[in-house]
Amino acid sequence: MASPIEQFQIKPIIPVINFTNSSLFMIGATAVIVGGLLLATRNRAVVPGRAQSVAEMLHDFVANTLTDATGREGMKFFPLVFSLFMFVLTANLLGMIPGFFTVTSHIIVTFALAMLVIGTVVIYGFAKHGTHFLGLFVPSGVPAWLLPFIVVIELISFLSRPISLSLRLFANMLAGHIALKVFAGFVVSLLAAGGALTILAPLPLLMAVALMALEFLVAALQAYVFTVLTCIYLNDALHPGH
Amino acid sequence: MAQAQTTHAATEAPGGAHEEVGFPPFMTETFAGQLVWLTITFAALYILLSKLVLPRLSGIIEHRRETIARDLDDAATMKTRAEEAGSAYEKALSEAKSQAQSLAQQTRAQLSSESDAKRKAIEADLAERLAASEATIAAKKTEAMSHVRSIARDTTVAIVERLSGRAPNPQAVEAALDQSKV
Repeated sequence: MASPIEQFQIKPIIPVINFTNSSLFMIGATAVIVGGLLLATRNRAVVPGRAQSVAEMLHDFVANTLTDATGREGMKFFPLVFSLFMFVLTANLLGMIPGFFTVTSHIIVTFALAMLVIGTVVIYGFAKHGTHFLGLFVPSGVPAWLLPFIVVIELISFLSRPISLSLRLFANMLAGHIALKVFAGFVVSLLAAGGALTILAPLPLLMAVALMALEFLVAALQAYVFTVLTCIYLNDALHPGH
Repeated sequence: MAQAQTTHAATEAPGGAHEEVGFPPFMTETFAGQLVWLTITFAALYILLSKLVLPRLSGIIEHRRETIARDLDDAATMKTRAEEAGSAYEKALSEAKSQAQSLAQQTRAQLSSESDAKRKAIEADLAERLAASEATIAAKKTEAMSHVRSIARDTTVAIVERLSGRAPNPQAVEAALDQSKV
């Protein structure tokens, strides 16, 4: 029987251009997002149908999350935030289909997305505010003797953002899929063991079903958490003063 | 790299033993390929969403907002227009009412003045006739009274003639008449 981590294996499909199952699912996620949204909005109806309602809800949901965190001027980052939310959400949900590869269960992918966010924050922050952006690390109203400590703490907290952002998503997806696989494996093992153990097989199956529901929740929730944190970090780039 | 991957694929095909390859997310040799494809697909996603999908979506939402705002505006205009029409109707109605009232009053006043005039004319006529009748009566009465003396004289003369057989002295009769008349 395959090990629980076999599902995370990167398997080459076209080795010459490094095209792997991961690449396939990245393209798949992009195709599902763009194709789905274009299909849903093809009628451009004033009174939306079901699919168009979903597309508009996704749009408004991300737009509200962004404007709640950053105000109106944050809308210039809307395409980026919407792309991140849709990519993470779709990659997570595609991974829930048995046999499908989960793009976001690889630390390099989530780290790259997190670096994209932090990179945008740093570059936009310096471009917009210059050295004033460094005021992010110097909170106002702090006694002078405390400042060195505070600045160090703020700096560490800022530098740990891409790590926490990427690790959270990566670890959630990885752990969930491993747990699912372990419980599903129990079912097979118990069935194969025969005798009294076979009767126990439905128990881990029930657990796997419950975990499946939980993992759908986690898949959507982690996409939302990633998006909310992205919005909060972007707010620092827009308004560096505490 | 490609060579290594093909040999790796070849070794895992028959045995299916993956344990020795390590934990896939930490296999650094796969990082470059994943990063390249993530860059390509995410850039494509970003471009397609920002140039194609999101303008369309926000266009739909904006169009709906405008449509609703325009419809509400139209409804408000129609409402004010209806209210204007209603107030104009009320005004016309009250005007007509007051006009009718004034007309009625005028007519009533005219009728009453006319009947007054007529009544006065009749009264005047009646008074005139009454006065005329009274004058006539008075005239007749004076006339009658003027006849009383001559009747009394004639009667006296006749009575005296019958009684005495001889006509009395007219002067004595006149004197007696004057005496009794007091």
